[in-house]
Amino acid sequence: MSMTATKIEVKTAKPVATVAPVVALTPKRPPRTEAYARMARETAVRVIPPLIVIALLTLIWELVCRRAGSALPPPSKVFSDTKELIFDPFFDNGGIDKGLFWHLSASLQRVAFGYSLSAIAGIALGVLVGQSVWAMRGLDPLFQVLRTIPPLAWLPLSLAAFRDGQPSAIFVIFITSIWPIIINTAVGIRNIPQDYRNVAAVVQLNPLEFFAKIMIPAAAPYIFTGLRIGIGLSWLAIVAAEMLIGGVGIGFFIWDAWNSSHISEIILALFYVGIVGFVLDRLIAGAGKLVTRGTAQN
Amino acid sequence: MTAYLKLDHIDKVFTRGAATTEVLKDINLTIEKGEYVSIIGHSGCGKSTLLNIIAGLTGVTTGVVLLENREVNSPGPDRAVVFQNHSLLPWLTVYENVRLGVDKVFAKTKSRAERDAWVMHNLNLVQMAHARDKRPSEISGGMKQRVGIARALAMEPKVLLLDEPFGALDALTRAHLQDSVMALHQKLGNTILMITHDVDEAVLLSDRIVMMTNGPSARIGEVLEVPLARPRKRLELATNATYLKCRQRVLEFLYERHRFVEAA
Repeated sequence: MSMTATKIEVKTAKPVATVAPVVALTPKRPPRTEAYARMARETAVRVIPPLIVIALLTLIWELVCRRAGSALPPPSKVFSDTKELIFDPFFDNGGIDKGLFWHLSASLQRVAFGYSLSAIAGIALGVLVGQSVWAMRGLDPLFQVLRTIPPLAWLPLSLAAFRDGQPSAIFVIFITSIWPIIINTAVGIRNIPQDYRNVAAVVQLNPLEFFAKIMIPAAAPYIFTGLRIGIGLSWLAIVAAEMLIGGVGIGFFIWDAWNSSHISEIILALFYVGIVGFVLDRLIAGAGKLVTRGTAQN
Repeated sequence: MTAYLKLDHIDKVFTRGAATTEVLKDINLTIEKGEYVSIIGHSGCGKSTLLNIIAGLTGVTTGVVLLENREVNSPGPDRAVVFQNHSLLPWLTVYENVRLGVDKVFAKTKSRAERDAWVMHNLNLVQMAHARDKRPSEISGGMKQRVGIARALAMEPKVLLLDEPFGALDALTRAHLQDSVMALHQKLGNTILMITHDVDEAVLLSDRIVMMTNGPSARIGEVLEVPLARPRKRLELATNATYLKCRQRVLEFLYERHRFVEAA
């Protein structure tokens, strides 16, 4: 093959060599006080707005409920009525006459038990439904119907079955929180990219290794979404269930306060229920962040 | 010619409900040990399906894949794949990604320390040892592909399958990685089968180029020998007559005789 090449002449300019003195620069570090000041500012930006809103709402509440004959107590009265409960949460006079700490911890124990069961069973069922088309076809319609049943509707049935309040309450938590865990896990498993399955196939991971090394980490963000919804639901369910089964627990504490017309105690209890629910949600979210580190991106 | 990897009358038909599509028709190909073969064709011609068949990820409809005269029909580390989009597991570090395969393949033959050394050896081969503790999201696309190559090499495959390995990279990174793969092929003498749609890449890297006709029912249209001596230098080849002739042949095949109709 013959060919004529076009010649391109290129003039290259040579840079003129210059010698410049090298100056060593010490990186400037902001003084420590400045860093603290910035941190304080950042915290203030986050903390001050909610504080202002809470203060305003409390003020409105105080003004509205202050006049004589109002049905609900103003915050000042709530505080003076419940001072003992707030400052001594650990007293125990036997029976259900206990401090709020004991009520909350009884409720939390039930939730811990029921929720752990539903997390284990939910992830297992979710994996089954996500992996197997037949399991999905068979079980999914069932799940879709069962998950719409309100928590308390299960209570009479479980009381009939277990003949005891404690396991019934745990069962109600279990049955309430399991659905979002199953459904989200199944979606996560179904969404595992084919690439990862191919990698596992080429490396020849056995089913157990595939489960531990590919499936769980790949579906972890979805699983934790389910777990987070689940913990919220189980905290919702426990208060309602305890109102009916009685005994020690924050739910029955509220019901008992209502029966004895201690409205201030109800308000205090609601405050605690809210805070505990918030903390539980944050805990699961934090655990999720820790576990799915790296998986969420990409 | 001694057949190392042999594709014998491979047909592939995809069936979805009542509709059937014949993707590959009567594919015959023999690859020698240590050979670098590229498969080139327009997108949708079934070249990725062919690679998946060799990898064992997709089954054949009729025909057989023989590796060292043994039929292969399921995936395995003897045919390690470098995937187009690297497919590193994002929750594992670079080291752990390579280690995953090594632990499985050498579970019985290498001790823990040996496996560790072998992982580092392979990361060194692709110059990625410095990033051993980084996660895939923290390294660049080219680096991810390097790790993907290390993961495949570390399994000591009989055939290394590259599925458009440089497709997702920018031109400069791609050239750099092509040079790396050439150097590795030179050094280790692997048998490599690469899917590509880049003519220059095919001519530069391969001993033979397999050109596929358009699908459906894609066949092997032509096989071109690239009689260029190794090691090949990108810059010198730019004016090499043989190189240009080979390039010309592939271009003619792709753009004149088997033009991609849908793209027109």
